[in-house]
Amino acid sequence: MQIDKANSTSDPLVQPTAAGVPAQATGKWISSHQTKLSDFWRRFRRNRTAVIGLVLIFLNLTIAVFAPLIAPYDPYEQNWRNRLTAPNSQHWFGTDEHGRDQLSRIVWGTRISLSIGLISVSIGLLGGGLLGLISGYFGGGIDNTIMRVMDVMMAFPGVLMAMALVAALGPGLYNVMIAVGVWSIPLFSRLVRGTVLGLKENEFISAARAIGCGNARIIFVHVLPNTIAPILVFTSLRMATALLSAAALSFLGLGAQPPQPDWGAMLSQGRAHIHSSPHLMWFPGLAIMVLVLSFNMLGDGLRDALDPRLKN
Amino acid sequence: MFRYIIRRLILLIPILLGVALATFLIMQLIPGDPARMMAGLTASEADITAIRVRLGLDQPLHIQFWEFLKGLLQGDLGTSLRTRRPVAVEISERFFATASLAVMAIVTSIAMSIPLGIFAARRHGTWGDNLSMLVAMFGISAPSFWIGLLLMYYLAYVLPILPPSGMYGPPWTWVGFQSYILPTITLSISSTAILARLTRSSILEILRQDYIRTARSKGLAERFVLYRHALRNALIPVITLAGIQLGALLGGAVVVETVFSWPGLGRYVVNAIHFRDFPVVQGGVMLFALCFVLINLIVDLLYAFVDPRIRYE
Repeated sequence: MQIDKANSTSDPLVQPTAAGVPAQATGKWISSHQTKLSDFWRRFRRNRTAVIGLVLIFLNLTIAVFAPLIAPYDPYEQNWRNRLTAPNSQHWFGTDEHGRDQLSRIVWGTRISLSIGLISVSIGLLGGGLLGLISGYFGGGIDNTIMRVMDVMMAFPGVLMAMALVAALGPGLYNVMIAVGVWSIPLFSRLVRGTVLGLKENEFISAARAIGCGNARIIFVHVLPNTIAPILVFTSLRMATALLSAAALSFLGLGAQPPQPDWGAMLSQGRAHIHSSPHLMWFPGLAIMVLVLSFNMLGDGLRDALDPRLKN
Repeated sequence: MFRYIIRRLILLIPILLGVALATFLIMQLIPGDPARMMAGLTASEADITAIRVRLGLDQPLHIQFWEFLKGLLQGDLGTSLRTRRPVAVEISERFFATASLAVMAIVTSIAMSIPLGIFAARRHGTWGDNLSMLVAMFGISAPSFWIGLLLMYYLAYVLPILPPSGMYGPPWTWVGFQSYILPTITLSISSTAILARLTRSSILEILRQDYIRTARSKGLAERFVLYRHALRNALIPVITLAGIQLGALLGGAVVVETVFSWPGLGRYVVNAIHFRDFPVVQGGVMLFALCFVLINLIVDLLYAFVDPRIRYE
């Protein structure tokens, strides 16, 4: 028996559709998933902001992967004769207080920033997603217990929860990833739980249960795929927040430690030379902003493409 | 309404207990012995044991937590390892600087974001709308500490019109007010952008409602429809989010205070982390969380007050 998960949800990506629709020109049958995907892609492509966001992310990814080839100098190489030089033909972004090439450090910093974002958001997504699925699907005591723990985690303002964790675990790049990841868990769990609660009452879940599907199968085969749209949007927006938080922690000296070429830490070190070398402030800050902006643009665009009702 | 307030206050108790437990447990993760840290490098084993007994660190965890809770209820947050002064006293000395900065920032945010949101909504789809939303997007994406450093460089060094850092008095004095300007702008940029986007989308949502169509079909002027009929309802979610943003600004203050050497709670906690002064970190984090929870409660109550549907749910 074929059950169309999409049949009774309110999400536009999973709008009630027949299991298959005839392609107008060829008369060939294509699946509803293909239709939804091509609908989504059409809407996404039309959204200029989202496309720019995606291109910028792709560009950053390329820089991160090919950092050794792109960076003109070794990011750790010190040159005391070239300390604090302004941007010039040899050092496009100038040099820092140890004479290290800023451009090379920013190029290598892309790797660090993207890894922080990816790892911390993955921790939040996996941990929070699983808790949200369990909480929303089973309800009752389990739901109550998980959600009260999440409430407590959300009672810490802003980046403070991550700071408290870093204080306990000790400063460092990996601990920042863990801290920002743990801080994201309650947000993901609430989002997934809310979506699951809405989905659970649908007929396709009752139908799956009626044909004897176990809880694990219902959760992972029938519920999980339908939560992907909101998760995708939130993940992109969360990447932006995670990058900002990690940069803030590094700026405070709690994240990446010298001499690692981390953008937040570079700003923190450049601060001491704010009068003489403002270029030390401009470039790492711009790098953070562009990467954060690209995830925000992508997230916004994804939301518009996945749920056009939200677009104003 | 009264019963709603009571219910919400009762619900607050387990959250606060949870916050205390979470803070206590996070501090237990710290490697090393606090008694050894407090005793210093030259202390003998006997001194360290004496300190351990005095601080109750020789007791089982649940007893330690109970003692911590009892201390919290009596306003005792322990003693700073660095200054040897009571943490509660040190926190109270710095609380005003942080709270006043957060309040100034949220007032600035509201004052700037609502007109910006209305402007964008009225010109929906035009270049004015697109440009203001692009600016808002930049505002959300720029790290606050970077904006702070740029403002400091250009407005305090290049054009020396404002003090670069420090707090020179309360905001109601001229010198004090001047020192508040840069930190306030820095702290408010992100929430201004968030609130402007929400104001815009909220107004656009309301303008599609039937009662707006009715107002227009009665022949009311567009300005009247917008300001008298749409804006009042559109601002309900904006005000709620502004309250939530006030809580978030407390977290943001930690970073901005460091940039501007602001003598507030945030910088105090960051310094304590560097000096591994854990009673201070514990007390500071607890107080931030308490303020955050209380602000959220007040926002919820206000929301229930302005929108009676909430409290009858």
